[in-house]
Amino acid sequence: MNFELETASVPGENLRRVAIDPVSRVEGHGKVTILLDEDNKVHQVRLHIVEFRGFERFIQGRPYWEVPVMVQRLCGICPVSHHLAASKALDLIVGASKVTPTADKMRRLMHYGQILQSHALHFFHLSSPDLLFGFGSEVGRRNIVGVAQQYPDIAKKGILLRKFGQEVIRLTAGKRVHGTGAVPGGVNRSLTADERKELLKDAYQMIAWSRDAVRIIKELHQQDPALYDHFGTVRSSFMGLVAPDGSLDLYHGVLRARDADGRILFDQVDYQTYDRLITEEVKPWSYMKFPYFTAMGPEAGWYKVGPLARVQNCDSIPTPFAEHERRELVAYAGGKPLHGSLAFHWARMIEMLFAAETIKDLLHDDDLSGTELMAGGERRREGVGVIEAPRGTLFHHYQVGDDDLVTMANLIVSTTNNNQAMNTAVREVAKQYLDGQEITEGLLNHIEVAIRAFDPCLSCATHALGKMPLEVTLVDAEGTELDRKYKA
Amino acid sequence: MSTVAGEDGAPVQGHEAPAPGSGLEAVVPAPVLVFGWGNPSRGDDALGPLFVDAVEAMRLPGVECLTDFQLQVEHALDLRGRARVLFVDASADAAAPFTFERLEPARDASFTTHAVSPQAILQVYCEVEGELPPSCWLLAIRGEGWELGAPTSATARENLRAAIAWSQTWLAQG
Repeated sequence: MNFELETASVPGENLRRVAIDPVSRVEGHGKVTILLDEDNKVHQVRLHIVEFRGFERFIQGRPYWEVPVMVQRLCGICPVSHHLAASKALDLIVGASKVTPTADKMRRLMHYGQILQSHALHFFHLSSPDLLFGFGSEVGRRNIVGVAQQYPDIAKKGILLRKFGQEVIRLTAGKRVHGTGAVPGGVNRSLTADERKELLKDAYQMIAWSRDAVRIIKELHQQDPALYDHFGTVRSSFMGLVAPDGSLDLYHGVLRARDADGRILFDQVDYQTYDRLITEEVKPWSYMKFPYFTAMGPEAGWYKVGPLARVQNCDSIPTPFAEHERRELVAYAGGKPLHGSLAFHWARMIEMLFAAETIKDLLHDDDLSGTELMAGGERRREGVGVIEAPRGTLFHHYQVGDDDLVTMANLIVSTTNNNQAMNTAVREVAKQYLDGQEITEGLLNHIEVAIRAFDPCLSCATHALGKMPLEVTLVDAEGTELDRKYKA
Repeated sequence: MSTVAGEDGAPVQGHEAPAPGSGLEAVVPAPVLVFGWGNPSRGDDALGPLFVDAVEAMRLPGVECLTDFQLQVEHALDLRGRARVLFVDASADAAAPFTFERLEPARDASFTTHAVSPQAILQVYCEVEGELPPSCWLLAIRGEGWELGAPTSATARENLRAAIAWSQTWLAQG
């Protein structure tokens, strides 16, 4: 725990501040502020994320049926997750407590397509440069172009995995972007036999490449356990959805949480009651809220979500290759949960494999070509939809008036769930790597590597040309700016 | 559901794989690609998609229009088989109403999944495909505001109209 850092005094005597803004290769803008004393000892670290402003205001007042499409514009990185979480919440508004088998499987296929393409992007194009070249390597090489030059096969696999995932999304959502496939109560399309056959041509290759990716990250762990086991370690509780039988399910299930030692904190919780379980704390220095388990309080109740939480939270994975890999991870960990930030990558690749296998299985299921697309029932005023998005648990909660307009919206996005964990990881890394040392690009990148491991979705801000400089600011104890650098 | 997996990766029980062959590789692309990106609900960030909408409405033969929230690495594959490509984005820095420039492959140290540059897309194409990319151009339309839920500004809409008018000549080159 590092709350002592958080409560440190504002820049005062004998302190100076290093700000890195934004964190390069993280999705969107982030700003890391490291407050140093005159001996370059870390005194205070904060991760600022400003992109999540205005979500609820954007949704409130809209007709509920518009919401599954509109919420995709909250995030350019995982629009499908918002599309599906909103649809699940609004299923309840139209009384569809259970959708048809065709709707359920079409949505699942869309979701696992999203998981596949998102995880592929993160591993092959965001993290692999750090992992393959080393965190301190030359920055001009440590990017996807560098990977493509030195490891063209790896780069190409990453691109084709993403392309496949997006093709799955296109066919299930109706369009490459701004899809409309899921609607309150079901879906508006199913797949033809030819579409399923076309996707199946590539599905087995995607499984094979996903297995290769797991092998790569597993070998990296085994080659350097000192680094991979301990870098950016964040011991905390963790939470996610599991199927009622305890197996991994990223689309639907019940909430389960474990403590840092792996003991169950709660299980089989209906996510409609999430607001009795979780409190969202506001802090004056950040636009992002800090959720925690209410029963444990803010200092002990914060938690992790995402791949590392999910793979260690479930009892099994219902596809054979991914389950085999899960067991290897559990065996490597020696019966206790892994908490090192870099273990996220290993878990993420196991999930990518799970997604590839699930896509293949779904494509063989004739329900995908069914004609029963919609369900309904008694109209309700309130609904919660939860999904395991690529980055973690995503909550959408709506209230709808008799005039069909949304009167209340509350979203807890995955990155918000990980907010305290990311802050803690950054502090740990800063204390380990920056104390008493010169501030070099390689050292600063260790901070970024720790953040990237969580794959935070900071993508909601505009990306327009000219709006994405990397800004580095150095400010002394009195608040005087000593230096400022831009990297466009 | 498959329940047993062989060490070589082949499915032992469950489903037979279809004959090898990639659906991803099979499409014959139109010679001209217009690719605009941006978030339609973030003010002037919508300029790229709005431009694409306008070109799509022209129904020009041999011209394919694509759009996305962001430029991503896999878009390098959209360059395959093209003669000419026009990338279109909103820009906070471009001179009004728009700028137009030839793109060359370039390394880009500022990679994010949020903002891969078009130059970097071309570089990835070179590395992955082992050949030079097609002739690629960037149309950067000047924008002013970027807030979630904001409409496009009047100035940006004027700039967009100018860009669409200009594009008729470029697109007519075939």
